[in-house]
Amino acid sequence: MPDTNASTHGQAAVIGLDQSAGDFTYDVKYDYDAGKGLSENTIRYISAVKKEAPWLLDFRLAALKIFLSKPMPTHWATRDLDTLDFSKIRYYLAQGQKPKRTWDEVPDDIKKTFERLGVPEQERKFLAGVEAQFDSEAAYSNVKELVAKQGVIFMNSTEALAKHPDIFRKFFGKVIPSADNKFAALNSAVFSGGSFIYVPPGVKVAQPLQAYFRINAENFGQFERTLIIADEGAELTYMEGCTAPKFSTSTLHSAVVELVALKDAKIQYITVQNWAPNVFNLVTKRGVAHGNAEIKWIDCNIGSRLTMKYPGVVLKGRRARGEVVSIALANDGQHQDTGAKMIHLADDTTSTIVSKSISIGAGRASYRGHVHVAKGLKNCKNNTECDALLINTNSRTDTYPAITVRGDANRTQHEASVSKVSAEQIFYMQQRGLTEAQAMSLSVNGFVNDLVNRFPMEYSVELKRLIDLEMEGSVG
Amino acid sequence: MSANETYISKRLFQRHLDSVGRARLPEWWLDTQRAAWDAHLGLPHPGPTDETWRFTDTEAIRLSGFEPFPTADLLGALPAGQLRAPAPVKPPPGVVYCTLNEAIAKHADLFRAYFRARPAALGGEKFAELNAAFAACGAFLYVPDGVELTTPLFARHVLNGHNIAAFPHTLVILGKNASATLVEVFDTEYGDRLLASGVSDLHAASGARLTYIGIQNWGRQATAFHSNATSVAQDANVTTLNLHLGARYARHESHTRLDAPGGRAEILALTHADANRRLDQRTLQTHSAPDTYSNLLYKNALRDTSKTVFSGLINVEPDAQRTDAYQSNRNLLLSPDAEANSLPGLEIQANDVRCTHGATTGGIDPEQAYYMAARGIPPETANALLVEGFFEEVLGKIPERPRAPVEATLRAALARGGR
Repeated sequence: MPDTNASTHGQAAVIGLDQSAGDFTYDVKYDYDAGKGLSENTIRYISAVKKEAPWLLDFRLAALKIFLSKPMPTHWATRDLDTLDFSKIRYYLAQGQKPKRTWDEVPDDIKKTFERLGVPEQERKFLAGVEAQFDSEAAYSNVKELVAKQGVIFMNSTEALAKHPDIFRKFFGKVIPSADNKFAALNSAVFSGGSFIYVPPGVKVAQPLQAYFRINAENFGQFERTLIIADEGAELTYMEGCTAPKFSTSTLHSAVVELVALKDAKIQYITVQNWAPNVFNLVTKRGVAHGNAEIKWIDCNIGSRLTMKYPGVVLKGRRARGEVVSIALANDGQHQDTGAKMIHLADDTTSTIVSKSISIGAGRASYRGHVHVAKGLKNCKNNTECDALLINTNSRTDTYPAITVRGDANRTQHEASVSKVSAEQIFYMQQRGLTEAQAMSLSVNGFVNDLVNRFPMEYSVELKRLIDLEMEGSVG
Repeated sequence: MSANETYISKRLFQRHLDSVGRARLPEWWLDTQRAAWDAHLGLPHPGPTDETWRFTDTEAIRLSGFEPFPTADLLGALPAGQLRAPAPVKPPPGVVYCTLNEAIAKHADLFRAYFRARPAALGGEKFAELNAAFAACGAFLYVPDGVELTTPLFARHVLNGHNIAAFPHTLVILGKNASATLVEVFDTEYGDRLLASGVSDLHAASGARLTYIGIQNWGRQATAFHSNATSVAQDANVTTLNLHLGARYARHESHTRLDAPGGRAEILALTHADANRRLDQRTLQTHSAPDTYSNLLYKNALRDTSKTVFSGLINVEPDAQRTDAYQSNRNLLLSPDAEANSLPGLEIQANDVRCTHGATTGGIDPEQAYYMAARGIPPETANALLVEGFFEEVLGKIPERPRAPVEATLRAALARGGR
């Protein structure tokens, strides 16, 4: 790892997802650039560059109309959204159209970017495949032979549209229609990049599939579109880590992620979000779980200026299960508006939401949840727990759940608590020689420990270090 | 819908003003009512994107064709038995307990200092302005500093008829270290299509102790709005309980403000919803000073195709350190078609606080039902017992003296509906 990082943050050099490690930009020459602003022409341009089928252009143009017609959701969401200027954003930018196949083919300057980010070559040994998105398009992808042999399709969504149009079209835009919300419509109009995964029936992918995303141009919005389908009885874990360089003006990131878990399938989707503190991260993530299927979102938000993200599960088949595990860390100038949605549409479905947030300095963490049990169902259960920890006197936390239950044969339970770090704990640790800052850090790590441990090993180690880093300077 | 919409014609407002003039009420009161009418017209009917009306079908409560008509106000002491006729009362010197119009006429300074001084504003402002524009009934209670009322007071507001609308307005002012208990019943004996938009604002000065119980028992075809604001000063202690037993659609807004250290509030409500009734509850607990306590417990029992909305918020303002605030909504679903919506919210801007909230929704615990069945108790009786047990946690927080008649009223309502 380069020494330059170590000088800014003591432990930064060893942390792959450390925010400051993304605090650089290379002067990359962009082959395709749709310019700033959004119009029908922008979309025709994107579609033409990508040589897309006519149906997709129509889909994009219809989505643009929806985007333009929908108001900003500021009747419930933060007014900070009004500072977004859609005319100043670049909607498409690509290094090249064809994803690079091997590490050797990846241009040197991009390699440097990934090295700085801590996507080390040796990590690929442990990961089944790496699909790293560099700006709009995947810069390289490397699906291990083993996974491909199992029949698993793992590629970027542009490539999938060309190679597997039938399966792509069958599921695309079904879980999250363009009209779902303003930003899903925006994504549907201008999306590029993102992953497509199809796991055939009965295939259990042993290693997690992983993709890194990067934003590397000022005012450039990243609109990846991810579609993951686990066929009957299939199992898959997908990991997504984010880091972006710091910029002077705001950057918009608006992804759409659709998951489909067919009968008896299991999907686990892990995100560590660590965008630079000027990024608006407005994401729609939802999965449909069919009979006896399971979808689990593990979501950790540390970076960005404003994140609005409520991963959801539509429990469509009997005995489907949904789970959201959410950790949010809001520091000065940050608003983590995160949560979960659970829509029960079949008997015997169960869902669990566990959310923990930490507000540091003037940071604001909000939990927003929606639990819905539809008419005429029985034996549906939801359990929601939200805990918030406030570090400083000016820290802020909010909880906004909405729970609708019809019928006496269902049961939901929501509990939330807000507290500060226990003075007794800090005193105890200080007595044993820890500084106040160390004690504070340890206490905060203890608060989220049970959730952090549910992340894969490499993530949980990074997370703990990241929390230490964020806690620096919050005391005294 | 746009502004300038009203549910009562301008002609009828003019007629109301004429009646106020005939009652020889002062000119400032006429001005107040005119201003409220204008404010009412200036506000839009709530729409589907209003967060404060989330889960409410606002089109279904579009109203027209009502004629204003004041409630009959029966004021006195709390009777020992049924909550119908008040017992006679002779308040101690200095205490004012009278109808709204009498307070306007005889205690103008006191009235004006508190009337809508700190209203609730949780979405129903259009209806609260309508109340202020037409208010001609209700109760006024003033207890001077240091006076402790040992006899619980009772007010019954009765609205009977068809296509009429009432606007009861109750104002309770407790001086420093004063104490009082007031039970209010909003009743219909006969009638079908009714509209009520009520206000009850409670002010407890430092060290005061107030128990307020409001029983909404309007006719089953009524559309009812109610706005309650409670101000809790230093070391004051307020308990409010609202029972929702009547109306086809009822919305109750309650804003409790804890303004000074040592203030405490117990905020309670019980709802029995049956048939196709809609109950809509919106609450706000604002902690703006350090060392305050509030505890909200709202319990709803739902039968048939009834639907309830509970939307609550605890707001801890910056510097309100060492706040203790709780909020709990429990929904007991007693039929396959009842629907409970729960939105328990928190907004916390101070770090040294203890805040929790919880919401649970579910049917009768099968184990409890089994226990009853195993002892030969018929399902209907068991069901009724379990609902009473469900409500007991709330009733148990009410002082002994007002509790018995309140419990009797609740039991009568439970017996009337659902079974």
